[in-house]
Amino acid sequence: MDKKEYLKSGEFLVREVQANEVFVPEEFYEEQQMIAQTCKDFLEAEVYPHLDQLDKGDRELMKEILKKSGELGLMGISIPEEYGGFGQSFVTQMLAAETIGAGFSFSVAFMAHCGIGTLPIMYYGNDQQREKYVTKLAAGELLGAYCLTEPGAGSDANSGKSTATLSDDGKYYILNGQKMWITNAGFCDTQVVFAKVDKDRILSAFIVDSDMEGVVIGPDEHKMGIKGSSTAQIYYNDVKVPVENMIGERGEGFRIALSILHMGRMKLGANVIGAAKMAITDSVKYANERKQFNTLISDFGAIQHKLAEMVIRTFAHEAAIYRVSKDIDNLMEKLKAKSECDEGRAAIEAISHYAVEDAILKVYGSEILDYVVDEAVQIHGGMGYSAEMNVERGYRDSRINRIFEGTNEINRLLITDTAIKRAQKGDYDLFGMAEELYTRVDTISDGAQEGESYFEEKMRTVKNLKKVAMLTIHKASNSLGRKLVREQEILNNIADIITEIYISESLALRTEKTEESRGEAASVYRDILDVYLYDSSSKVRKMAMDAVYSLPEADDTEKLVKAVEVLTKAKGVNVKEARRRIAARIIEDNQYKF
Amino acid sequence: MNILVCISHVPDTTTKIKFAENNTRLDTTGIQWVINPWDELSLTRALELKEKSGSGVQKVSVAHVGPSSAEPTIRKALAIGADDAYRVDVEALDSYQVAAQLAEIVKAGSFDMILCGIESSDYNGSNVGGMLAEFLDYVSVSGISHLDIEGGEILVTRELDGGREKLVVPSPFVGIVQKGIAKEPRIAAMRGIMMARKKPVHLVDATEAGPLTRVKEFEPPQPRPACKFVDPENPEQLVELLQNEAKVI
Repeated sequence: MDKKEYLKSGEFLVREVQANEVFVPEEFYEEQQMIAQTCKDFLEAEVYPHLDQLDKGDRELMKEILKKSGELGLMGISIPEEYGGFGQSFVTQMLAAETIGAGFSFSVAFMAHCGIGTLPIMYYGNDQQREKYVTKLAAGELLGAYCLTEPGAGSDANSGKSTATLSDDGKYYILNGQKMWITNAGFCDTQVVFAKVDKDRILSAFIVDSDMEGVVIGPDEHKMGIKGSSTAQIYYNDVKVPVENMIGERGEGFRIALSILHMGRMKLGANVIGAAKMAITDSVKYANERKQFNTLISDFGAIQHKLAEMVIRTFAHEAAIYRVSKDIDNLMEKLKAKSECDEGRAAIEAISHYAVEDAILKVYGSEILDYVVDEAVQIHGGMGYSAEMNVERGYRDSRINRIFEGTNEINRLLITDTAIKRAQKGDYDLFGMAEELYTRVDTISDGAQEGESYFEEKMRTVKNLKKVAMLTIHKASNSLGRKLVREQEILNNIADIITEIYISESLALRTEKTEESRGEAASVYRDILDVYLYDSSSKVRKMAMDAVYSLPEADDTEKLVKAVEVLTKAKGVNVKEARRRIAARIIEDNQYKF
Repeated sequence: MNILVCISHVPDTTTKIKFAENNTRLDTTGIQWVINPWDELSLTRALELKEKSGSGVQKVSVAHVGPSSAEPTIRKALAIGADDAYRVDVEALDSYQVAAQLAEIVKAGSFDMILCGIESSDYNGSNVGGMLAEFLDYVSVSGISHLDIEGGEILVTRELDGGREKLVVPSPFVGIVQKGIAKEPRIAAMRGIMMARKKPVHLVDATEAGPLTRVKEFEPPQPRPACKFVDPENPEQLVELLQNEAKVI
């Protein structure tokens, strides 16, 4: 594949990207907006009136609502038309995921069904399996679940103990084992179950019908949040699974599981935007009504700071989400055009390719949502702690995002590990560029030019952060070699640097690209970018310092520290006034409308 | 039987309304547009009738007067289920101008029933339906809360003060519809959205009829004063406030 044609996963670390190379949310076309509106209308008509009842654990109601969403076609957005779906682009899928993300527990049940419950069969199943299951899953006639985690196998998913033994007549696999934390367990019709055949080292994947003899579904777990989603253990006692229900090849299960998790992470990254926007809108509405000391609390600087910061992080994350979504669409088209794989495989290959970005967006998205819902409760004061308010539900529901689809701890390790491995594989010349940079570390400058434009200055700041990443990775790799893999704290420092680079670059590119089309309204975008880059530079500085000082002391330690200081010197910004202007905009609109 | 539903393109109800040009025009910056809620319910009922066995309804069309910026609203009506759409490319400035242009659409097609919402949620003029019937010289019935077709007869129910009136109406006629005509507006299904792009939107030539009125000024409503809570143990304070502050007793 031609390197010039698309940006490889992680390549943003070494390449300068132009605004016209990225997709921004301001470019959604009419049909995409209509699909998002349908998702929103559905939540308002069918989900929001029932949130309390759903949270009481009314499984039948959840099932009924899920089926209604299927009738409307929402479950078929990601599915090709030949299997009863609507074959939408990845950008559209993500926009739908964002919108549904404001649906609290429903969102979790819906996404589990449409994603991990359906797509392993779509992406890795054969035509018969797709015809039999995917067509019905896409219409909501069947509801799906995904069964990977076991009591002893969470983050280390391949260590599961479930077994599948070929029957004497060769017609069935006899499935035995126990799965836990299974979303939609209480009402699913089909399950994608992972187990090891005979004494295999690697998992295989199977489609199991919930009504097969020997499938026992436990009671729902009592959870902190997402109480409306059914989560239970499932036991398999000598379940006879027809051999034709194996998905893909024997021993391919672990690859399937990981690939599907890549997709799940991406979609989670989109889900959190919808939830965050809703919490922000709830917060500004409350702040615009609540008076203390005879003054609306939205007039207070402390509340304006919170509102602005909630907006800044959500807006920045959104920029990154749709940027990578379009990259995935582009890669998917190339894979399909070159007949390297069918539509299903092309989709999962393209999604899995962007492994650095999906881990970034999972970690960053889940953490910004936790920040946003926390501040939403705070803005509501005592009322925010009352179960009457949606922000209380949002606060509890948010927390799981840092745990499922791979914990944020695992994902941080993946960010660094994947970025380094892809570079070692030759996808981009991270180490060559880092080595070259290191040779002139004594003389490194921030590269500021007389008369540079606003965006030249911003992109230079981002470029400098990339140099920090290169120097830190170079230093850590040279100092520790293979031992680096055991130094998770340092790997996490690097992961956070990489994350800040991707998010701030995406934000800068979005701001630049939309400047012309938005005219005066875009001035607030510059405020968002100014504050974000100012903060991001200081976060990167701290993470790089932490990493460098945590490595064995060497002659070059102080040189590197100085270089980091130079490269992370962001332009001073009156952050108070910039945040006030951002807050003024949302206070005026009385909703998140950027 | 063919039904034409007139749809207006209005700001979403959550929009914070602002005015421009010395308060003579709506400031449309950043507005999210939707189908006028009364029109959306009319469309829903028209589609229900089309689906009802024996109703004889073969086609449901929508009509709009406005520039191409309203295309997303028209496309949404098509996604909900309308078969085709008509648009007159005129930025109408009052109800008379809208009704005059809509009459051109009716003349360009072949419709047995024309439905209009009783008002639009932006200017609340409540004029278009009646004026349209006058332009066409059709029967019009206002305040319709129920609409059905049985045995080839068009049956409407009108809401009166404290009661209802049930009528049989001839076709063609203009029905001016209020809430209650359908339970909830329909949500555009994925299949409908996909099909909408293939459905025709016919452009109809505008008539020269211009507006009869000119907006001198819009005045936004005063902000609502804060609510005062009175201790239930202190009715005297309530009386005092009603007498001296609110001056209503």
